[in-house]
Amino acid sequence: MTDAAQGSLAGLGKLRAHRQRRAAGGAAGEPSGLLTRYPLMVFVVLLSSFPVYWTFTIASQTNDAIGETPPPFLPGGNFLANARRVFDTVDFAKAIGNSFIVAGSITASTLVFCSLAGFAFAKLRFRGRNALLLVVIATMTCPVQLGVIPLYIEMQALGWAQNLLAVIVPTAVTGFGVVFMRQSTVQAVPDELLEAGRMDGCSSWGLYWHVVLPALRPAMAVLGLLTFMQAWNDFMWPVIVLSPKDPTVQVALSTLAAGQYMDYTLVLAGTALATLPILFVFGVFGRRIISGVMEGAVKG
Amino acid sequence: MPHGPPAELKMASTPALRPNRMNAARRLLWRADRRFSPYVYIAPFFLLFIGFGLFPLLYTGYVSLTNRDLLRPGVETYTGLANYRELVGDDYFWNTVKNTLLLMVMCSVPQLVLALVLAHILNARLWLRTLLRMGVLLPNVTSIVAVALVFAQIFSRDFGVVNWALGLVGIDPINWQSGDWTSRSAIAVMVIWRWTGYNALIYLGAMQAIPKELFEAAALDRAGTWRQLWHITLPALRPTIAFTALVSLIGQMQLFTEPLLFDTSPGSVSGGSARQFQTMSLFMYEEGFRLGHLGYGAAVAWLMIVMTFALAGIGYAVTRRAVGTTGAVA
Repeated sequence: MTDAAQGSLAGLGKLRAHRQRRAAGGAAGEPSGLLTRYPLMVFVVLLSSFPVYWTFTIASQTNDAIGETPPPFLPGGNFLANARRVFDTVDFAKAIGNSFIVAGSITASTLVFCSLAGFAFAKLRFRGRNALLLVVIATMTCPVQLGVIPLYIEMQALGWAQNLLAVIVPTAVTGFGVVFMRQSTVQAVPDELLEAGRMDGCSSWGLYWHVVLPALRPAMAVLGLLTFMQAWNDFMWPVIVLSPKDPTVQVALSTLAAGQYMDYTLVLAGTALATLPILFVFGVFGRRIISGVMEGAVKG
Repeated sequence: MPHGPPAELKMASTPALRPNRMNAARRLLWRADRRFSPYVYIAPFFLLFIGFGLFPLLYTGYVSLTNRDLLRPGVETYTGLANYRELVGDDYFWNTVKNTLLLMVMCSVPQLVLALVLAHILNARLWLRTLLRMGVLLPNVTSIVAVALVFAQIFSRDFGVVNWALGLVGIDPINWQSGDWTSRSAIAVMVIWRWTGYNALIYLGAMQAIPKELFEAAALDRAGTWRQLWHITLPALRPTIAFTALVSLIGQMQLFTEPLLFDTSPGSVSGGSARQFQTMSLFMYEEGFRLGHLGYGAAVAWLMIVMTFALAGIGYAVTRRAVGTTGAVA
């Protein structure tokens, strides 16, 4: 507390009144603060959603229309025609299918392996636990993306080059996921519950399956969403290791953009199609995703 | 859960009901389970990390000492430091070092400052709170490829909105892709756009952990909301700021997709016709995977790895000092 609060008892009433006035206005805002806050926020949100809006606007126009001055600011009626051209130019159906396979497998394996490891680090006693946990945390700072050249050599040796496995396996379990699941287990699973389970003759697996997994469901939803979106959006390693004939959706987009001239309605129609699943996930689970990002902050 | 009789009951009845040997086997299993299961559960992470994270990272160092061609797998010649000697004299390489360092600063500094301001604005009991936060995070959930492609359109010379808007105030169309600073600025805008909201939410999370009394006391002292930001929020957020600065600097050192796709000439990976916005990552990609010089590309990667650890080391020292000073203040 500062000097103001340490003042005489007589000041206390004044302080209380002030507090009540403040509580009405919000955490840190007098009414004028709110008045500037909203217009600012609306401006920021418009700015941050404009490129996404613009993707759909251009994607639904003809190439003639986007060349006009001023450019068309409202969506046109040409989206389906542009989308059809996307499917004619590259094997976009295959790319979307591949992306679902890749992102789905990575998400599933991340959830299983990270929750198991997180459970072990949070609740099981074993030798070297703390040291190993520190190692997991340290791996999060490793710039593994810079190892792509040897990783490619490795994939060639394994015969996985140009195979979806090359994209799935390396990110099938992440240090971030393990740390996140450990923290969630510490918070969500009381020790007494596990002890009771042991008393009932549960094996470690039984504890994981019957006690930990049900309690971790909300945390796993957050991790699953973050993992899925990240895997869906990943680009650098897939474009290196996959063939343009058997790509993920992001790789297919880069192929679209590498045409003889930049056909913006075509490219952005593809972009719009590739963004739709993410927008859907974000629209439905936005609240959870936001809490995931903000909690990551507190833990990080 | 297997439904057995309560524990005490079972313990009492087991010796009478079951032969001793089976009991011993069960106990052995039970002990083995408690002892080894944890290692089995954490093994997948360590195996995959060693195999596909750590090993490639370290092996980069070795590959950088060899000549190796993309199209001739398994054939390599050890050349010692030849790749590095070549790099030192390679103007294209130094150009990418310059571009990378410039972009790191141009992307990180505005991004973090804006994120702080944005978090400060968001840190109130706002109406439609979740919707506002979703709006702010939207850029971050769209893929980098999508961002780069739509910004290439937005900044295009003939059809772009930016040039149209500049035209309204009488400025001639700018060829954003071709200039040194214009192209780098456009790339910085993409990165800033994609990451500001994300960092703002991280700051917001940290801000909400600051005790409310501090703000109330400051308000009593008639400190306005911006002075509160300066005198209370910023000092309390120092470790978080150091952390995000480090993460974003390291992330931007590896800038790859934006410069790759901002270059609209077909199939080009040179970062503009005069390499005006080629980054180190892009150079590594060009050398390793376009020209097939895996050894030379690995040398570039190895230098980037060393730079990353140097940055992380500095960041760690700074964070420790930052945490130390906040500790002293609070």
